[in-house]
Amino acid sequence: MAATAPQVAHGPVLDVERVRRDFPILDRTVNGRPLVYLDSGASSQRPVAVLRAVEEYETHSHANIHRGVHALSQAATEAFEGARERVRRFINARSTKEIIFVRGTTEGINLVAQTYARPRLKAGDEIIVSALEHHANIVPWQMVCEQTGCTLKVAPINKRGEFLFDEYLKLLSPRTKIVAVAHVSNALGTILPVKKIVDAAHAQGAVVLVDGAQAVPHSHVDVCALGCDFYAFSGHKLYGPTGIGVLYGREELLQSMPPWQGGGDMILTVSFEKTTYNGLPAKFEAGTPNISGAIGLAAAMDYVESLGIDAIAAHEHHLVELATAELEKIPGIQIVGTAPNKASIVSFTMEGVHPHDLGTILDHEGVAVRTGHHCAMPLMTFLGLPATVRASFAVYNTEKDVMSLVAALGKAREVFG
Amino acid sequence: MDLKELYRDVILDHNKRPRNFGKLELSDSYADGHNPLCGDRLTVFLKMDGDRVEDIRFEGKGCAISTASASLMTEAIKGKDKADIGELFEKIHSLLTRQDAVADPSLGKLAALSGVREYPARVKCASLCWHTLNAALEKGAATVSTE
Repeated sequence: MAATAPQVAHGPVLDVERVRRDFPILDRTVNGRPLVYLDSGASSQRPVAVLRAVEEYETHSHANIHRGVHALSQAATEAFEGARERVRRFINARSTKEIIFVRGTTEGINLVAQTYARPRLKAGDEIIVSALEHHANIVPWQMVCEQTGCTLKVAPINKRGEFLFDEYLKLLSPRTKIVAVAHVSNALGTILPVKKIVDAAHAQGAVVLVDGAQAVPHSHVDVCALGCDFYAFSGHKLYGPTGIGVLYGREELLQSMPPWQGGGDMILTVSFEKTTYNGLPAKFEAGTPNISGAIGLAAAMDYVESLGIDAIAAHEHHLVELATAELEKIPGIQIVGTAPNKASIVSFTMEGVHPHDLGTILDHEGVAVRTGHHCAMPLMTFLGLPATVRASFAVYNTEKDVMSLVAALGKAREVFG
Repeated sequence: MDLKELYRDVILDHNKRPRNFGKLELSDSYADGHNPLCGDRLTVFLKMDGDRVEDIRFEGKGCAISTASASLMTEAIKGKDKADIGELFEKIHSLLTRQDAVADPSLGKLAALSGVREYPARVKCASLCWHTLNAALEKGAATVSTE
């Protein structure tokens, strides 16, 4: 594979050195060496713009939202609801009623599992997930199966980590009620053909939830164009804070679903005899939400759009190609996941050195990677691997970072002989 | 800190050529150990003579630290009785977790694991085999988890 940058037809070209100055954490050292952060797939770092937005809000505008008539409460409410509108634009939802703030992707999926799936599904119904899902897009559905007696079906992949669309079609039937798939595999980087998956599911009357945690930071996501019914993602993989995420749901579906958690904000009137629920999106946001998190997420979206998501994707694609080419030169390295369509992730193993030992040695060299099963144990079992090393790239990574990884792998070979 | 403090020659050697590796036919008891965080899995098989470990073997898949630790453990406890093993367990536990611990001379080659305590994320790798051994000693067959 050639290590050349893909041609960017339009949009701004990234000045990575300038981008790096937006991320103060990148200046630190680890074990006496400059930090090489290749774990953005687990959590990305935050630019100053996000840190400032959160600090500004906490310093000058904080109060509880939707409650007070006083100035601060109104300022906080405006900022929080402004963030919701920012999110709506970012993923091109039709209405802010379709944007539910949650703690993260995991909570978004659980919300759909418990309020859409659980009340509707029964024995004989089927839920389809893919073989490369994160545990967060497996376990909530298994719980629904236990609760309702419905069945979980698994759409297979091949050894390269590609989604087998034709096999998926064979699983679809009128029994299929829900299809839940990742947009981008967190363990391998495979991009799934979500639009086709959605169209096929809809033809059978099933609804589709997309786990977008790994897709939103690396591609332009348009929920209307995808046609999906639900789309969940996290703020902290998109240069935003932890503890904030988004569940998009088509308005008519969200309207038809019962609330999930009860509490303040999700009600209109409460008496001991009868409570009436609030409308969307408040119905699904019981209790005081993560206000500063939502504001930080909105700032992160501003930041991403200021750089241009296409420019970010092209930059990361170049790094993935370079890393793949460089790693393939090292004897004993096996790239895991070789689908042609990949985003931002290179997963690999090194013969004779367990991924955890590699992780420790790389850390010693200042290189932060993820090692382990990546919360995708069924996928690892399918691949016959206990674990892999995953290098994941973000807008602030450089060719030098890739070469630091390569050098650190050389060090591992030295230690283990 | 030098990586060689963690990956000493003894560790690398026992990782590459683990001793007492494989199934123990006709074992009296065995236990499975699992570290869900990193996927390490191993099984410890015991053949007992009363309170004394007459023979021990292990098999499984794990990182260098967990494999070497299990290999070193099997060498150290073969022929020992439960009371001796209990004492050894305490000593190894303190070696792995206490910054000020001085390796007890009775630990022998096990002292090579002392570098692990500088890497808190790896302590569980080294201790998995010991917890699994305890489970095997206590009740025939069981699965232990480090989580």
